[in-house]
Amino acid sequence: MTTTPATPPPPPTDTTNLPAEGGFIGSGQEGGIGDQVRAYFQRVRSGDMGALPAIGGLIVLVILFTILSQTMLGQQFFLTERNFANLLTQAASLVMLAMALVFVILLGEIDLSAGVTSGVALSAFVVLTKPDGPNMNWVLALVVALLVGVVIGAFIGFFVARVGIPSFVVTLGLFIGLQGVTLILLGAGGVFRIQIPEFLAIQNANLPIWGGWVMLAIILAVSFGMSLWDRALRTRAGVPNRTFALVIAKLAVIAVLGGFVVAVLSQNRSSSIKEIAGVPIVVPVVLLILWIGTFALDRTKFGRYIYAIGGNAEAARRSGIKVITIRWVAFIVCSVLAVVAGVFSASKVGSVNAGFGTDTVLSGVAAAVVGGVSLFGGRGRLMHAAIGALVIAVIANGLGLLNLPAGVNYIVTGGVLVLAATVDAVSRVRAGGSLTRT
Amino acid sequence: MADTPLIELTDIVKSFGPVSVLKGVNLKAFPGKVTALVGDNGAGKSTLIKGLAGVQPYDGGEVRFDGQAVHLHSPRDASALGIEVVYQDLALCDNLDIVQNMFLGREETAGLIFDEGQMEREASETLRSLSVRTVKSVRQKVSSLSGGQRQTVAIARSVLKKAKLVVLDEPTAALGVAQTEQVLNLVRRLADQGVAVIIISHNLQDVFKVADYINVLYLGTMVAAIPTAETTSDDVVGYITGSKTYDGVNV
Repeated sequence: MTTTPATPPPPPTDTTNLPAEGGFIGSGQEGGIGDQVRAYFQRVRSGDMGALPAIGGLIVLVILFTILSQTMLGQQFFLTERNFANLLTQAASLVMLAMALVFVILLGEIDLSAGVTSGVALSAFVVLTKPDGPNMNWVLALVVALLVGVVIGAFIGFFVARVGIPSFVVTLGLFIGLQGVTLILLGAGGVFRIQIPEFLAIQNANLPIWGGWVMLAIILAVSFGMSLWDRALRTRAGVPNRTFALVIAKLAVIAVLGGFVVAVLSQNRSSSIKEIAGVPIVVPVVLLILWIGTFALDRTKFGRYIYAIGGNAEAARRSGIKVITIRWVAFIVCSVLAVVAGVFSASKVGSVNAGFGTDTVLSGVAAAVVGGVSLFGGRGRLMHAAIGALVIAVIANGLGLLNLPAGVNYIVTGGVLVLAATVDAVSRVRAGGSLTRT
Repeated sequence: MADTPLIELTDIVKSFGPVSVLKGVNLKAFPGKVTALVGDNGAGKSTLIKGLAGVQPYDGGEVRFDGQAVHLHSPRDASALGIEVVYQDLALCDNLDIVQNMFLGREETAGLIFDEGQMEREASETLRSLSVRTVKSVRQKVSSLSGGQRQTVAIARSVLKKAKLVVLDEPTAALGVAQTEQVLNLVRRLADQGVAVIIISHNLQDVFKVADYINVLYLGTMVAAIPTAETTSDDVVGYITGSKTYDGVNV
């Protein structure tokens, strides 16, 4: 071993495998497709399963309900264009809520009041837009509703991050208290119908056919552009890039799956004369929030610090991270996104009552866990929570179509949750078993 | 002494309520040298280090860094000067990879977003400059690393931003024989690069293997500061337990 200079040499321009002086230190990006695929399976074997169990479960459930619908009802109700669109709009609110909760679950915290937060916000919305009341512009009222989310999130964040009360206790208190706020806002026994066409359109109207294809094209373009940008940065720094074939493969997968979804949704799914076709408007809204959230979690300091605090809060603090601020902001993000989930739900149902949002939050937590987000913090992605939410929505949708009693839905959902947690625990044990590998 | 010390603590005082933990402590550390800080539990080693890190500022006394009087009121003050502390309970996040851990709190960005390539290159260059051979990929999760590898990452993290003074708190406490050897070699290489190293250890064998100077704290007072070559393990044990007093001239 020769002595190594303290100041590193200028980066070489060649970005293929760099020889390392002190033994080879790779970056996991070397090699062709074969190496990358092997590395992926290695990660899965060592316990880093991500959303794989949830995706597997989703596929199994779809096949199961397709068969059951055919055999028990004698007709296919599950695997139809109409039910597919239905499923997406039914799932939208839960997907959103699960994604909202990810921001606090990653910190190892919980927000039990996420559902009722949306209840208060949507109550404010309907009261403000009441035609025989303040009759406020609905966009303005929506902004107010989101601000209600900001205020409630800041309130939780203050007590959790600044005062240091466990989030379980703070949000349990709010879960009870905010139901009272909703009751007072709406008045006893009130059911408020929403009659704003634009608001109802979020969940009940579709993009034009071409809109769906434009959406897919934008997704592909953004994905490709981000890959190129990443590669440019890596090349500039002189570190190896993954083989370009992987970029193409990823785009191909998005194009095929996305193309299939858009094509199915572009079919006329109406049972009457009036044609219904196109991607529901809520889909691009959810995708946009998913993309922005993932971008923030993966590529910005805010996101990185959330993972760091969830992994080891003391280490984060010693690294100079403002732990209190990050926690605080995470609760605000969670509450605001929970309000968005409430907006989807209210738009779907078309009304808000005093019980709005009281029964959704645990489904949201369950969705995140089923998707592979760890309740201990530091592990999981928005996409995982979204997939977990789809699993739970498919169960509710499929069992509902089979005309089974509602009780069965709860039992199956609970069973799937425990199953998902078991898969997670077992994979972790296996990961622990290979901990000493050097 | 020929060299000027990189850091010089004079008459450092610190108390917690009625309990006086540091009673006028002096300490010097020189660039390119390893200075060991030994002492029994409760002697005040951790308190002295936390003051250097800016985590718990001293109550009184003078801190001179490179000859300049400085004040260490927060971790940021310390890291701005180039003081890095590697704590005993390694301050690493298991769920992040090596690069992410090494850059935690000081990520390289290109605009708003991370410049992962830049970080990856600096991380592997730092590891290579310390002749680290045991790490397969800089994108490994820290949870998959062994104790020695973790210690390596923690130390590499401290020198990433060209630290001038690295303080290591019990770096070999939880390690096996081979891994201890690796880490001690790493400490030596660190000093050879011109960094001033302060190492806290209970293991006198390690101290004698790696340190150039030995400083002994006894109940909040620095009772000895001796070049390693001029003392023996038995003497140092005596100073630590208070059964012997050093009557030579402190460094």
